This record gives sequence, C-alpha cells and structure tokens, in this order.
Amino acid sequence: MSNTYMINGDAAAFSPRLALDKVVFKGFNLWYGDNHVLKDIDIAIKSNVVTAFMGPSGCGKSTLLRSIDRMNDIIPSCKTEGDVYIDGRNIYEPDEDVYELRKTVGMVFQKPNPFPMSIYDNIAYGPRLHKMASGEGLDKIVEESLRGAVLWDEVKDRLQENAFGLSGGQQQRVCIARALSINPDIILMDEPCSALDPIATIKIEALMRELKDKYTVVLVTHNLQQAARVSEMTAFMYIGEIIEFGATSDVFENPQNELTENYITGRFG
Amino acid sequence: MKEAQKEKAVRGLLYVTVGLSIVILPIIVVWVIANGVGAISLGFLTGRPYRFEYGGIFPQIMGSIYLVSLCTLFGAPLGIASAIYLSEYASDNVVTRTVRFFTETLAGMPSIVIGLFGLEFLVYYLKLKTSLLAGAISLSFMMLPWTIRASEEAINVVPKEYREASLAMGATKWQTILRVVLPAAIPGIMTGVLLGMGKAIGETAVVWLTAGSGLEAFVPRTLKSPTGSLPMYIYLIATQGHTAEGLQNAFGASLVLLVMFLAMSVSALFIRNHYLRRLGS
Repeated sequence: MSNTYMINGDAAAFSPRLALDKVVFKGFNLWYGDNHVLKDIDIAIKSNVVTAFMGPSGCGKSTLLRSIDRMNDIIPSCKTEGDVYIDGRNIYEPDEDVYELRKTVGMVFQKPNPFPMSIYDNIAYGPRLHKMASGEGLDKIVEESLRGAVLWDEVKDRLQENAFGLSGGQQQRVCIARALSINPDIILMDEPCSALDPIATIKIEALMRELKDKYTVVLVTHNLQQAARVSEMTAFMYIGEIIEFGATSDVFENPQNELTENYITGRFG
Repeated sequence: MKEAQKEKAVRGLLYVTVGLSIVILPIIVVWVIANGVGAISLGFLTGRPYRFEYGGIFPQIMGSIYLVSLCTLFGAPLGIASAIYLSEYASDNVVTRTVRFFTETLAGMPSIVIGLFGLEFLVYYLKLKTSLLAGAISLSFMMLPWTIRASEEAINVVPKEYREASLAMGATKWQTILRVVLPAAIPGIMTGVLLGMGKAIGETAVVWLTAGSGLEAFVPRTLKSPTGSLPMYIYLIATQGHTAEGLQNAFGASLVLLVMFLAMSVSALFIRNHYLRRLGS
C-alpha cells in the first residue's frame, strides 16, 4: 500500500509492522452538488490509535469523518470519486453493503442524541436491530457497553428511566455506549465534546484514550488543546484538503506548513 | 385626536372584539347544556327512538361511534402511510408537490361534495347501499387530508439527529422509520387523528347522503346496514319535530354529541401537551 500522504517528523516511529493501516483514503474526492468539499484526500489511519482531524469550520473534517461509514450517502446531492479502504476492502465499491459497513463503524455525534427511550432501550437498539441477542444475553451487552463507556455505575439502578433525564455528559456517554453495543472496530467521533461542559469533556477525553486499546478512534475537533491531549496522530485540514498529517507532537511542535503553523498559533481559525 | 388617545381607542376596540370572540363559544356550550340537560336520563341514553321525536337515542350514539371508529380504521392507516411516503421517501418533484397541493387544498373541501361522491360512487356504483360502510368510507375521505397533514408535520418535527443515530447503527431507512421516527411521532399523529375524528363525528352532510336516514331504531348489525347518527338525528328532530319534548331531545342529543366531541379534542390537547414536550431535547 503506497503511503502518498504527507508525514512529517520521524516516520519510522510508525513502522508498518507495528501499526496496521485500518482506514486508507486514496485519491478521494467528494462533492455536494457543485461544491467540491473534499479534494484528493490521501491518508492512512492506523489501528488502535486516536487520530484527530482538525481545522477551521467548513474545512471538510466532518465530511471526511462521515466518509468512513458512508453517512454522506444520506445527502442526495453527494457524489464521490476515489477509494476508501477499511482493512483493505474498498467500501465505495458498488456492491458494498452499507448497512453491514455501519455495523462495524460506530459513530458519536456533536450533540448528544440519545433516542427518546429508556437508557436500556437506547443501548439495546443496535443489538435488537441486528438480532444479536435477547433476554440475558442482551442484558449482558447493555452492561458491557455501559461499562465500556464508564457509565455503568452511574446508571445501573435506573436503566429503565428515560435517557433525557441524564446530564449532557452522561447522555453523550449513553451515545458512546450505544455505538459500542454493536461491537464495532472503528469509533468515529464528530466533535463529541462541543456541547459539553469542561468536567464532562475531561471524562469523555479520558474515555477516548481508553477506547483506543480496543478500537480505532477517529476524532473531529476544532479544539486544538483537545487534539493535543487525546490524539497520537493529527491531520490539519483547510478548505477540503489535508495540509499536514503526522504524529500529533510533531504537527504541534514542528509544523511543516505555514498554514498549519498559523492555525496552531491562533492566527486564524 | 392625540396619539395617546388613539392608542387608547384602538386598545378598547380590540378588547371588545377579543371579548366577543372569546365568549361566543362558551355561550353556545352553556346554552346547549342548559337546554339539553333536562332530556338526559338513563332511558334517553339507552332507549331507541319511536314515533319520530320520542324515546331515546341509543342507536344514534352507537351509530356515530361505529361510523367514526370505522372511518378512523380506514382513514388513519392510509393517511399515516401517505405521510410517511411524502415526508421520508418522496423526492421534491412535480408529483410530490401536486400531491401536497391537493392534500392542503382538499382539507376542508365542502362536505356535501364528498357526500355526493360517496352517494354516487359507493352507494350506487359499488352497490354498498346507504350503509355504515358507505358512510364510514365517505367520512374517511374527509378525514384523510387532515390525517396526512398532521402526520407529516409530526414526522417532520422528529429531530434528524435521531435518524442519523439510527442509520449510523446500520439500520435501514424503513427500520429507522419503524423503530425511531414513528414512535417519536405517534403523539403528534394521534393528535391529528383525534382532531380528524372530532370533525367526522360532527359531520352531517356526508352521513345524510351515505349512511342512513338518521332515525334508525336499531344499532347496525352488519357493515351494509343503514345506521343512525347523532348529527342526522339532531337535524331531523330540530327541523321537523312538533313538540317541546322533541326539541328538548334535539338539545339532549346535541349535548351528547358535544361531550363526545370534547372528549376527542381534550384527549388530543392532552396528548399534545403531555407527550410532545418529552420529544424536545
């Protein structure tokens, strides 16, 4: 697999033997109608690390994230060109089953969006949908998912209560637990803390660092400090292009591109 | 006149108009209750009419309940299905816009026209006779646009974030509609259906032409039996009754009809206030 993406710093630190490429974009372009949103994206995302996409509003970072589970398909005017591989399989082949794909990729959104149901039913939604389990088996999945999202101890006595009764940070962890419930490989997080207070943000960030042991985590953020705190790899995007991609410490301490430097030093963004 | 005085005059005028529009409906309600309550007795509610204006209205009460229930059975699923198609599947093109135009303009179509269509098409052409079935189907034509509009609105206010969350879990569009969108939209849909039922139960012209003569002494036993109904009973007794007792029975029947109508409106209001609030986040 050719790594045409730009990598700075010590490339050897990411030797191909240790870090398998989980998601690879090759010459990927995306349009909404006539609006060219993603331009010639080439990037390889490694397993079991947190990769952050950062950049100013409208740079295409959320769209790039949503290309990994083909959530952009919902928008009728969306057109794509080029390939995205997950574990070497091109998910933009015409015969790709998007429903199967989305089972292997969990997604957490900007605004906590639990369903208007009980906490239990929120987590059980996916497993019931895909007939993964019922009865005690389902109880076990719900418990494990909530434990995975470090929420179990807070909600174990009120699983049947409506999820809207929880705080914003707890609701977001319900959404993370819901994403974990179908046992995905990859977790996509689209600015998951932007609607949360600082305390809840700290909890979610700690959770992200924990999740990478089991999952490949891709995070979209416009918060520089967050990218610096939780990610190992960072891509800086600007107007639909990846300007710079590399180890987070390198991108922040030794940016190769002037745009990246200007963004990081707060000259725009 | 000074500006301040003008302001006062306008304000005064508005108070009067608001006062008038606020009191007129309660006055009607009080008037019906005052005139009708004397007619209400167990015998009136459980007996059958005889010699035109005497006796009870049990077959009329049951006829109205049957008509509205059947009408809802036909109209609600059809309306909800249409609304799902319009709001979730249809792309914005000429056909969709035409359908939407018709549902919007046909809500509130003069009911006598629907009644005439029911008479010609259902009663004569499809040979359903003047019957419970013909009446209920005709009423459902009237109810349909309201149900479609209310359901479409209820579906549209379900936040798109729920749909996204469901799709991201690997659900198909239909699974998402069935498991997330409809459960969230049900209170709004029910509100619309109940308001439609309220319209149907008070409808006179349609049942006059399609359902029966109005004074039937028996509760309909089959779908093809003619059926009495409260609005027709009220119309007949009020216009052709000869005695004070007859007139009082018309008011009594009006009171019963009003109570049934209010039960539907109040439940609609209750559902809207109680359940729709839970949806917002």
